[in-house]
Amino acid sequence: MEPMPQIPMLSYDVVVIGGGPAGMAAAAKAKELGLNVLLLDENDYLGGILPQCIHPGFGIHYFKEELTGPEFASRLAKHLVELGVEYKTSARVLEIKNYSDLEKVVIFTSPTGVYQVWAKAVIYAAGARERHAFEIGIVGDRVSGIYTAGEAQTLMDIYGVLPGKEVVIVGSGDVGLIMARRFALEGAKVKAVIELMPYPGGLARNVMILRDFNIPLYLSHKVVEVRGKGRVQGVKVVKVDENLNEIPGSEFWIEADTLVISAGLVPSVKKLRKIGVEIDPATGGPVVNDRLETSVPGIFVAGNALLINDLVDYVAEQGELAAESAREFIEKGGIESRKWVKVEKGQNVRLIAPHYLSGDRDVYLYLRVSRPMEDVEIRIPEVGKRLRLPVVKPAEMRRLKLKAEEIQKAGEKLTVEVVKA
Amino acid sequence: MKAYRFTCIVCPLGCSIEVEVENGEVKEVRGCKCPRGMEWAIQEVTSPKRVVMSVVPVEGGALPTVSVKTAEPVPKEKIPELMKFLTKLKLKAPVEIGQVVAEWKGIKIVATRGA
Ligand SMILES: Cc1cc2nc3c(=O)[nH]c(=O)nc-3n(C[C@H](O)[C@H](O)[C@H](O)COP(=O)(O)OP(=O)(O)OC[C@H]3O[C@@H](n4cnc5c(N)ncnc54)[C@H](O)[C@@H]3O)c2cc1C
Repeated sequence: MEPMPQIPMLSYDVVVIGGGPAGMAAAAKAKELGLNVLLLDENDYLGGILPQCIHPGFGIHYFKEELTGPEFASRLAKHLVELGVEYKTSARVLEIKNYSDLEKVVIFTSPTGVYQVWAKAVIYAAGARERHAFEIGIVGDRVSGIYTAGEAQTLMDIYGVLPGKEVVIVGSGDVGLIMARRFALEGAKVKAVIELMPYPGGLARNVMILRDFNIPLYLSHKVVEVRGKGRVQGVKVVKVDENLNEIPGSEFWIEADTLVISAGLVPSVKKLRKIGVEIDPATGGPVVNDRLETSVPGIFVAGNALLINDLVDYVAEQGELAAESAREFIEKGGIESRKWVKVEKGQNVRLIAPHYLSGDRDVYLYLRVSRPMEDVEIRIPEVGKRLRLPVVKPAEMRRLKLKAEEIQKAGEKLTVEVVKA
Repeated sequence: MKAYRFTCIVCPLGCSIEVEVENGEVKEVRGCKCPRGMEWAIQEVTSPKRVVMSVVPVEGGALPTVSVKTAEPVPKEKIPELMKFLTKLKLKAPVEIGQVVAEWKGIKIVATRGA
């Protein structure tokens, strides 16, 4: 048997890992529900990625007001402090141990030492990581001047440092477009935004940024190589066909001193994998039931660790649901096992969560389509549900409410499909 | 005659709008399904405005900068001038979130983070 390490031992009902909007909403709700809760974050400030997202566009549903990221974060943090929620920043969780259903241990480091916490339930809200240059197949020199969008954003909007003057951005999702605007506003020249797909990845309001600053957008193109001595000097771009294969002879170079990679986010689930939590390859996050409970009882998940969300409002909503579920779990000594209705992906559905529904509560399904489509219906044939939409785009996550009574009409499974209306 | 084409951002419908302008006058707006979209499209071609955000260095705060935004949308062509004004600002902690930290041509600059 492993010898017991001599480190201080704390004890709480729930430990929340991650102090972004998901974790803060979860911790506040848990406290309101009377649970003894501890919130941990490795950053030295609360808010997750929000304090670095200084643009407006947050909280329209949750606070009924359009806020910037830091403003949204500060509202949640203020509420947390008013409720007297215990939290630690600069506290990095190293490991979760799952001894039994109501006995978990969370080990974390902090400037005052290493700690372990006994908890009956864990809410995992550690967010996502960014895909980096190697992951998207960019080769070339190992030079300075290559950043992920989040790194560039942190440098500019937390530390006040402009990372470069002539910038190429990979990826036209919201994050890439927002970074294009930040660079352009601060006086850098954004030489191009390069997008692999034949359509821009971001919301229309963010695609407008390109027009505002006359930034060229190359659709169906990819960056394949970086060259430079010490610092980036240029990037090689190539056109791709409809199967995303490179078209020979189409390559050209763009001179730049900076390359910003904004190639999407991946739920950060390493610590969950280690304790055997089942992962859905489509979302990249855990397989969950309608309580946001993972395949390991008592481990709940919310926010970008569950699936990549475009709206912070849904992230906060997931945090609150995870907290309600943790209370139910602790009170009843577990979420009742039952015959779960399995959610299956039908036509043009790339990912969907939660994966299992009980039918004894209303749920929100979060889904993304594979390709853009106009005039569609989201259909669930097993329960006769239809929802008509003018457009669907892979960039926009859809949220669909299902009532308990509707779910009860399904047998063992229900299929969600997006088809021409 | 000049034609502008863009996707409406007023609501999630995202209509494709076309606006025709002659001698600075809007002649025709096509493609929008509601009056709000039409109004927005006309403003977009005649006097586009944006809320502007940036960061300003702060001395003695927890983080080295404070994020700021304009309290109201600013005419698009004035933005470079506003950004130049912002680069000259320096603040001292404490700064409260929501505090007006400067004013430029009657437009208030508001802190969106505390320090
Ligand atoms: C550039 C950008 C722009 C966006 N713009 C908008 C927008 O305009 N409107 C909108 O609604 N949404 C927007 N979003 C989406 C929204 O911000 C995110 O969905 C949301 O912040 C995710 O919250 P989260 O709590 O799940 O994760 P995060 O905010 O990433 O928080 C996770 C936290 O967990 C902590 N953590 C991770 N691992 C550990 C560990 N081992 N130990 C301790 N702590 C750990 C991290 O430090 C972090 O603080 C944007 C996102 C990005 C990236």
